Amino acid sequence: MIHPVQVAHDPTPWMAAGIIASIVLCSCTGEVLMAAAMKSIGDLDVIRAHSGLKGAIRAVVTCPLFFVGLMFLTLAFFALLFALNHMPLSLVAPVSASLPLVINAVAAKFFLKENVDHRRWVAAVLVCVGVYLMAH
Amino acid sequence: MSHPRPTPRQYLILALVAVCAPLGDTCLARGMTAMPAISMGHFGALVAAVFTPWIVAGIALLICFFASYLTALSWADLTYVMPATAFGNVIVELLARFWLHETISAERWAGVALITIGVGFVAHGPSSTPQPAPEPALQEEEVR
Repeated sequence: MIHPVQVAHDPTPWMAAGIIASIVLCSCTGEVLMAAAMKSIGDLDVIRAHSGLKGAIRAVVTCPLFFVGLMFLTLAFFALLFALNHMPLSLVAPVSASLPLVINAVAAKFFLKENVDHRRWVAAVLVCVGVYLMAH
Repeated sequence: MSHPRPTPRQYLILALVAVCAPLGDTCLARGMTAMPAISMGHFGALVAAVFTPWIVAGIALLICFFASYLTALSWADLTYVMPATAFGNVIVELLARFWLHETISAERWAGVALITIGVGFVAHGPSSTPQPAPEPALQEEEVR
């Protein structure tokens, strides 16, 4: 007798970890690229003061990095939908909301060369635990 | 251009970042749960759902969030803006407690406290990392 393979509704721990890792990685990559894109454009308030709202929108939509970031954020969104379809909300929501806060801090330090002092490290960890508790 | 501390206008944008995302999500959730179940086969029903008041409000708030988030990222560090985004959860939780009189578990209160302390830590520091200017003379001019 052939038993149906149970994959769709009961992912193995490794598969679950993989799905969550892909949400977190896509979301962090998207956020870091978005931040890099906005930094490369410059202060949007100043651009808007000089060339109006249209000018500010044009500055954003003509930046290729913005679209790469947007693509990763879209991927993260669909990975989240996929995870919610296959795994319990009580696991997916807290982890996907909290983990990127700490990983983003690490990525911001190394890729965006931000000055992440111990004040920001402490904040990232506190907010990460706080978000986890609230989403749990 | 670096701003060590945000101007009142920039604080307003950070407040919009914090408030618009959770309120937008709440509007979408309220609009979608009020609706009968939609299957993927009924694409027309899904399009019609977009034009109901709660969904329109939710989408408008999320567009507002995205615009203010991008603006904030253009003058502040990612590690400065992130806690502001999380602070929206605290605002929504307090609204639920004191406006809708919902009961909040000890675990959630602990979350509120941790996020608030975390935001306090970041808000005391500079909002952006000074970028190295290509020419020292230019940097001096920008400092004013």
